[in-house]
Amino acid sequence: MTTLTEPRHARAIERGFLARLVDRLGGGLIQVALVLIAVFWLVPTLGLLVVSLRGETENNSTGWWTLFSKPAQVTFENYGNLLASGFTSSFWNTVLITVPATVLVIGIAAMAAYAFAWIDFPGRDAVFLVVVALLVVPVQIALIPIAKMYGALDIFGSILGVVLFHVAFGLPFAIFLLRNFFVGIPRELLEAARMDGAPEWRIFATVVFPLAKPAIASLGIFQFLWVWNDLLVALVFADTANQPMTKALQSQMRQFGTNVDILAPGAFLSLIIPLVLFFAFQRYFVQGLLAGSVK
Amino acid sequence: MTERLNGPQAPGGDDLAAGASPGPTDASTAPAASSPAPPPEPPAGTRPAGDSPEPRASSEPPASAQSPGSSEAAAAEPPARGAKAARLGPSPKMAVLFLLPALLLLAAWVIYPIVYSIFRSLYDAAGDGFVGLDNYLAIFTDSGTLTTIRNNIIWVVVAPLIVTVLGLMFAVLTERIRWATAFKLVLFMPMAVSLLAAGVIFRLVYEQDPDKGVANAVITVVHDTFSSSQGYPGARPRENDEAPAVLKGGDVVTRQSAQPGGQVLIPLVGLKPDAVAKAPPAKPAGSGGLSGTVWLDVVRGGGGTVNQIDDAEKGLGGITVEAVADGQVKATTETAADGTFYFSGLSAGSYDIRLPKSNFEAPFNGLTWLGPTLITPAIIGAYIWVWAGFAMVLIAAGLSAIPRDALEAARIDGATEWQVFRRITVPLLAPVLLVVFVTMVINVLKVFDLVFIIAPGSVQPQANVIALEMWRVSFGGGGNQGMGSALAIFLLVLVLPFMIFNIRRFRRDER
Repeated sequence: MTTLTEPRHARAIERGFLARLVDRLGGGLIQVALVLIAVFWLVPTLGLLVVSLRGETENNSTGWWTLFSKPAQVTFENYGNLLASGFTSSFWNTVLITVPATVLVIGIAAMAAYAFAWIDFPGRDAVFLVVVALLVVPVQIALIPIAKMYGALDIFGSILGVVLFHVAFGLPFAIFLLRNFFVGIPRELLEAARMDGAPEWRIFATVVFPLAKPAIASLGIFQFLWVWNDLLVALVFADTANQPMTKALQSQMRQFGTNVDILAPGAFLSLIIPLVLFFAFQRYFVQGLLAGSVK
Repeated sequence: MTERLNGPQAPGGDDLAAGASPGPTDASTAPAASSPAPPPEPPAGTRPAGDSPEPRASSEPPASAQSPGSSEAAAAEPPARGAKAARLGPSPKMAVLFLLPALLLLAAWVIYPIVYSIFRSLYDAAGDGFVGLDNYLAIFTDSGTLTTIRNNIIWVVVAPLIVTVLGLMFAVLTERIRWATAFKLVLFMPMAVSLLAAGVIFRLVYEQDPDKGVANAVITVVHDTFSSSQGYPGARPRENDEAPAVLKGGDVVTRQSAQPGGQVLIPLVGLKPDAVAKAPPAKPAGSGGLSGTVWLDVVRGGGGTVNQIDDAEKGLGGITVEAVADGQVKATTETAADGTFYFSGLSAGSYDIRLPKSNFEAPFNGLTWLGPTLITPAIIGAYIWVWAGFAMVLIAAGLSAIPRDALEAARIDGATEWQVFRRITVPLLAPVLLVVFVTMVINVLKVFDLVFIIAPGSVQPQANVIALEMWRVSFGGGGNQGMGSALAIFLLVLVLPFMIFNIRRFRRDER
C-alpha cells in the first residue's frame, strides 16, 4: 500500500508544482499588466494635480513630470490666486445648489416610493411604469421649455431654478431605487405598525425610513455627485452671480493655453469633495450603481 | 475590503448585478410581499380590483422558484394577511398625498417639456411662424448637423463596445488578484470626477507639445527609440548647375556617380548656422572605401567658398546616406558628427549617393490629438477612461454571482481556462453585459460635457454631437429654439428603444 501510494503522491506534488509555476508566471504577467493599466488610469489625474502645483513659467516650458526630478517647483501660488479671484463664491454656489437638491430628492422620492411600494391605489403600476420610462429621458428635452417657464416665474438664473431642475430630473432614478428597496421590507413590520393604529406618515418615518438607510445613502451620494458635477443645467439656468464651479471653470476654457494656472487648480478643487465622498462611501456608491444602472 | 466593492448588499443591488435573475432580497420577495400583487402581464388597467387572494397566489410560483425562504413565509399565512391588508390598508387618498410632490415636479419639469418641445419644434426660430417638419428636414440636410449625427454614430458604435469589453477583461483579470480592490478603486475613481474636470485633465494629456502633453511625450519617446533620424527640416542643396547634388523627389542625390576610393562632397543650405552652432566643424573625409562629407555650406556672417569645406562650416551629423546602383540601395551608412561618412566593402562600380528625404522631415512631434481628424477618437479615449471602471464593477458583481460549481465542473472535465471563459462565463454573464452595453449606449447618445470641454473652439464643428449642437443652437449663440427643440425631440426618439427595453426588463424582473 505505502509503496503504491508514495510515488503517486510524489507525482501529484510534482504536477501541482509545475501547474503552480505556470500559474505564477501567468499570474505575474497579469499582475504586471494590471499595474500598468492602473498607472495609465492614474497618470492623467496626477498630471492635473502636478500642473496645478507649478508656476506658469514652468508649465509653459517643461512637462509636469519634471517636477519629480526638481521638487522645488512646487508652489501654492496658483491656489492662492484662484481663491483671491472670487472662486470661493462659485464653490459656495455649488454647495447651495447640491445640498438642497440632494435633500429634496431624497425626501420627495422616499414619500413617492413609499406610496408605490406600500399603498394600494388604482393605476399604481401604470404610474410606476411611467416613472421607469422617464429614467432615460434626456435633460436636453426640458432646457428650452423650462427656460421659458422660469422666465415667466421670474426665477431664471436663480439657484432655486437650478435646484428644482435637478430635483425633478433626479426623481425617476430616486423613486425607482427606493421603491425597489421598500418593496423588500418585510410586510409584517408595517402590518404590525398599522395594527397598532399608527398613522401612515409615522410608519413611514419610524419604520420604513430607518430601515432604508443604506438605500438612502446610495441615492444620496449619487444625487450629490450628479448635481455637484453637473455642467449643462448650470450652463443654461444659472447666471454669473449664481454659477457653480463647473460653469465658472467652463467660462475659462476658451483661453485654455494661457489659463492653465486657473483651470488646473480650479478643476482639482472641484473634484476634491467628490473624491473624498467617493472614498468614504464607495460601498454605497457601488450599491446605487448596481441598483440603478439604467439611468 | 474586497467585499466592499464586490458584494452588493443593497437589495436593489443584487437585482441588476445578476441581470435577469432577481436577487433574493429584492424582486423575489416583491410579488410575495406586495399584497395585491401586480399581475405582471398587462400591468396597466387590467388589475383585478381589491385584495382577492387569487392574483397573489398566481404570482407566488416564480417567487418560490427564486428563493424558498420568502415563499415559505408567504405560504404560511396568505389568507390572514389578505384579510389584514383589506382592513388596514391605507386609503388611496393617502397615496395621493405621498405622491403629490413627486408627480407635480415630474409633470411640470419632465412631461410638460416633452409635449411643449414637440410643438415648439414645428415653429421657426422666433417661435411664431409655423414651419411644419422643416426643422427636422434641416437636421438631415444641413452638413453641420449631419456631421453631428455621423459623430454620434461613431460614438455609439465604438465607445459602448470598448467600455464593455474592457470592463469584462478587467473584471475577469482582477478576480484572482489580491489587490483587486485597490485596482478597482483606481479605475472607478474617474466616475466621481465631474466630466468638466475630466475634460480639463484630458486637455492637458492631449497637449500638442511633447514637452507638455503626456500623451505625445510618451509617443515621441517610443517613436524615437525605434527611429533615430535626427532631422534637418529645410536643408537642401543649392539650386544651380554647379551644385554637386540635386533634389529628386524629396531625396538629395549626387549629380555625378562616385566609385569606391572616391570622395563625395554634399554641401547643403537652408539651415540657419545657429541651428547647428554646437556641431563640430566639417571635415573632409579620409580616404578608404567610398567616403564623403555632408555639411552646411554656409558661413556665419557670409564669406567662404561655395561647394568647398571652409573652416567655420559645420558638419551635419546623423544623416542617413545610401549608395545606390541600378536603382537599388547597395549600402547604407550614417554621417558622423563632423559630417563625414564612409562606405566600406562596396564592390567596384559606380554609385549614386543619396540622402533619403526622411533626413529632411520635421522631427516627429507626436499626434495632433485635438486636430480635426483625431478629435473624436481622442474624446472617446477620455470617455473610456471615465466609464471603464463602471463597466468593470457591474460585471465583477455579475461574475461573483455565477455559481462556482458550474466553473469547477467544467475545469474538472478538462476544459481550458479560455474554454471556461468562452463557453460558461460569458454566456452566464450575457444579461449583465447587455445591461452595461445598453447603459453605455444611452449615456453615449447624450454625451455633451466631454466634447464641449475637450474639443478646442476651432475644431468643435468636427467634434460636434447632437446634445452639444442642441445646446449650441438654442443657448450657445445659435438663437434658434425651434431647431433646438427638434434636436431635443430627435434625441428623445433615439432613446425611446431603450426606454422600452427598460420597461420590459423591469416588468420581467417583477414577475
